[in-house]
Amino acid sequence: MKINLLFDFTVDKKTSTVFVNREFDADQSMVWDAFTKQEILDQWWAPQPWKSRTKYMNFEEGGRRFYAMVGPEGEEHWSIQDFTSISPKENFQFKDAFADTDETIKEQMPSANWNLDFSETDGITTVKISIKHAKLEDLEMHIQMGFKEGFTATLNHLAELLKS
Amino acid sequence: MRRDIFQAIADPTRRAIITLIALQAMTPNAIAEHFDTTRQAVSKHLRILTECELVKQEQKGREIYYELEIEKMKEIDKWLEQFRKIWENRFDQLDNLLSTLKNKKNEN
Repeated sequence: MKINLLFDFTVDKKTSTVFVNREFDADQSMVWDAFTKQEILDQWWAPQPWKSRTKYMNFEEGGRRFYAMVGPEGEEHWSIQDFTSISPKENFQFKDAFADTDETIKEQMPSANWNLDFSETDGITTVKISIKHAKLEDLEMHIQMGFKEGFTATLNHLAELLKS
Repeated sequence: MRRDIFQAIADPTRRAIITLIALQAMTPNAIAEHFDTTRQAVSKHLRILTECELVKQEQKGREIYYELEIEKMKEIDKWLEQFRKIWENRFDQLDNLLSTLKNKKNEN
């Protein structure tokens, strides 16, 4: 049985925020684990053909996840998520940043504040994500980075767009 | 100097100009009347928008009118669509994983 799961993706340019809402056919604690346990997270976080590889993840307030997106050619993009607030199974927040392999934050790269809400109705879990950037340029740069990681094959197209 | 479309929409005044002329082509003076900034500042924004090819100028009699390049706006849409696809891909993987986890749990 394949049920139709909600998927919303909107961008508010005024507040430089991306909203992603999605339903999952699983209970809340399973979905919570999928978002907060590194061994599960690494199995889905990177869009194919990329892989997510978490070096360590201290899932607690003030804790950090240090991970890489690893490309098909072995290229690595390291990121940091600093957890700022955690309400088990309901909400967690973090600030993300791009980093070097030695965990030094790249200050010139965009950073965003993430908020994730989890709720369950009749066995279907809804996750509401908002990703707020300091300014619109950061959001655009982020999109560009995500684009690069997710779609290496279409990089030429990206270059074309930038030229125009 | 050529700039990209995202630079064009990164500035709030330029976004306001885009919204304004999306409805109808306008002269630089008519556009400037909607803003508190100087006419000169508005002209600079219009120049950037033109360089990014988000707006084009059209001569009508003695006046120059600015109008929106709708096709160019679609590029922004297309761009965002790619980002949306990343999330789609990511969530499809999670769906599969959740269903595997559920099956494992039921077996135990």
